Amino acid sequence: MTLRVEDLAVARGGVPILSGLSFSLRPGTALALRGPNGAGKTTLLRTLAGLQPPLAGQIHGAGEAIAYAGHADGLKAMLSVTENLTFWADVFGTSDIAPAMDAYDLHGLADRPAGTLSAGQKRRLGLARLLVTGRAIWALDEPTVSLDTQARSLFADSLSAHLQRGGSAVVATHIDVGLTLEELDIARYRAAPDLRAGASDEAFL
Amino acid sequence: MKALLLRDLRLAVRAGGGFGLGLAFFLIVTVLVPFAVGPDPALLSRIAPGVLWLGALLACLLSLDRLLALDHEDGTLDLLATAPLPLEGALGIKAFAHWITTGLPLVAAAPVLGLMLNLSVSGYAVLVGALLLGTPALSTIGLFGAALTVGVRRGGLLLSLLVLPLYVPTLIFGAEAARRAATGQEAATPLLMLAGLTLATLALMPFASAAVLRMGLR
Amino acid sequence: MSLWEYANPVRFLRLSAKAQPVLWVAAGLSLSLGLLWGFFGTPDDMRQGSTVKIIYLHVPAALMAINAWFMMLVASLIWLIRRHHVSALAAKAAAPVGLMMTLIALVTGAIWGQPMWGTWWAWDPRLTSFLILFLFYLGYIALWSAIDDPDTAADFTSVLCLVGSVFAVLSRYAVKFWNQGLHQGTSVPVATGGRTISDVFFYPLVLSMVGFGLLFIALVFLRTGTEIRQRRTRALLARARRGG
Repeated sequence: MTLRVEDLAVARGGVPILSGLSFSLRPGTALALRGPNGAGKTTLLRTLAGLQPPLAGQIHGAGEAIAYAGHADGLKAMLSVTENLTFWADVFGTSDIAPAMDAYDLHGLADRPAGTLSAGQKRRLGLARLLVTGRAIWALDEPTVSLDTQARSLFADSLSAHLQRGGSAVVATHIDVGLTLEELDIARYRAAPDLRAGASDEAFL
Repeated sequence: MKALLLRDLRLAVRAGGGFGLGLAFFLIVTVLVPFAVGPDPALLSRIAPGVLWLGALLACLLSLDRLLALDHEDGTLDLLATAPLPLEGALGIKAFAHWITTGLPLVAAAPVLGLMLNLSVSGYAVLVGALLLGTPALSTIGLFGAALTVGVRRGGLLLSLLVLPLYVPTLIFGAEAARRAATGQEAATPLLMLAGLTLATLALMPFASAAVLRMGLR
Repeated sequence: MSLWEYANPVRFLRLSAKAQPVLWVAAGLSLSLGLLWGFFGTPDDMRQGSTVKIIYLHVPAALMAINAWFMMLVASLIWLIRRHHVSALAAKAAAPVGLMMTLIALVTGAIWGQPMWGTWWAWDPRLTSFLILFLFYLGYIALWSAIDDPDTAADFTSVLCLVGSVFAVLSRYAVKFWNQGLHQGTSVPVATGGRTISDVFFYPLVLSMVGFGLLFIALVFLRTGTEIRQRRTRALLARARRGG
């Protein structure tokens, strides 16, 4: 499914930060969002995932097709790796967690409570969750944070396998993930200071 | 949905999950009452229904700030909001899990504590029935309070402030039913009111809570 | 020309600036006239003596305590449905005024209750209902101040106001069920159109009720204006920061 974004504007805390953003993402492609801290990468991803409404513009093809992975992995410290993953598989209506365990080399950790994992291991589990959602479009916010080189290559493999299966991804990242991705510099879409359309503070200016 | 229910139950009984804390709190509050008001059996017998209801209500209140706050902190709520499960359903299930781990043990413990407070024999059945009917309302109303305070730092106190006035009708009808039964009056009217109240909160609160949570996530 | 034009903060401020002097003068006149007439111009009650005169504070304050919540309910609905900022801010502005009205009603009730019922406080249904209303006001104000983002705060408090209204009505009936009470019947039963007190007491009472109403409106205008200016300052600062 193609993700199409038309003339999108997003706001953070009532202040518009991005405007006039348009792109489309065909199956099998991935888009890297670039931009300095605070440029609005997280806000854009949350808007794409449907967690917050856009200020203006349209998003087509996201909805139930998108899986979001933010800074927090949604893991329960007291549940084991298998239990965490099985839970998300059940919620998203898929059942087989083995491919996800394989992809991120989690079999050795299967019975460890998630609370005892290192930061990088938690991240691997969080990324494995994307595989059990069975969704076509991934919205990833800094996926490689706290991953070592080996884990980073696991991520790159998993992402390229996802793209080969006809999936797609929007990735906000500062560092090279080890794949050649299309790039989108969102700093160019920074909302002009005098942009007023739709922002909640607009009425007061 | 079943997965969410099982997960919440499993989390509650694992170490550090807080299962039993509400029960222990209920026990301690009730046991402290005779120290505060004196050991006179007639007096204890008279106030027993009210004390048991108040203890159950406070024990329930105590565990509310874990209902959504933990899931908010670790990002689970964001992920649940993007899952195919409707958020209303997910929240309803969470309130149900809260009731099973908090409300139900209180209902089971109430007769034993009633014994210690010299509750009159005619009161037990109605007391248990009233708690069984009323505690689900405490959980669903609490869900709404938890949704309102989910993003607030140290929202526990605010949660109590918001939820306590909402608990008034439940407390009145629940305790009134138990009191009437203990003094040999008919208790059908308050029990029916209580049941109606619980059904109404079951039907409405998940929707109100989901609406609030969606507003808060953005 | 529709009412919704005043949903624009600037238009609202302009209207408020024009209306406020009139409101303050009218409120001051009717309040002082009503209270003075009530205190000095009416005879003592046969049974209650001069204590009855606290009615000129107690009844209007109680009336406004409920009407303020009702106004907040309507304003919250307008915010949730049409998202007019002035409406949300007016609800926020009305809450502390309503809280004070409730407090006045409770305190004057206690002062009146002492000689009449022989006790400062009784768990009478009406008193109890006002106490619950007081708690609702407290929760509502606390929620406003706990959330940083003004729009989210407006959303949350509006839903709380809606749900709270349902529970306030429920509590009212629950409390009636729980205790039949000492409180005398309502002084001015609107529904039946009749009244339970004689004309000498009635006219100054109506005048103080009008005065309390006008005072409430004037205070809400004033406080809403302050809230609007605060939001405007915030918005201007945010824009200045973005402009660099």
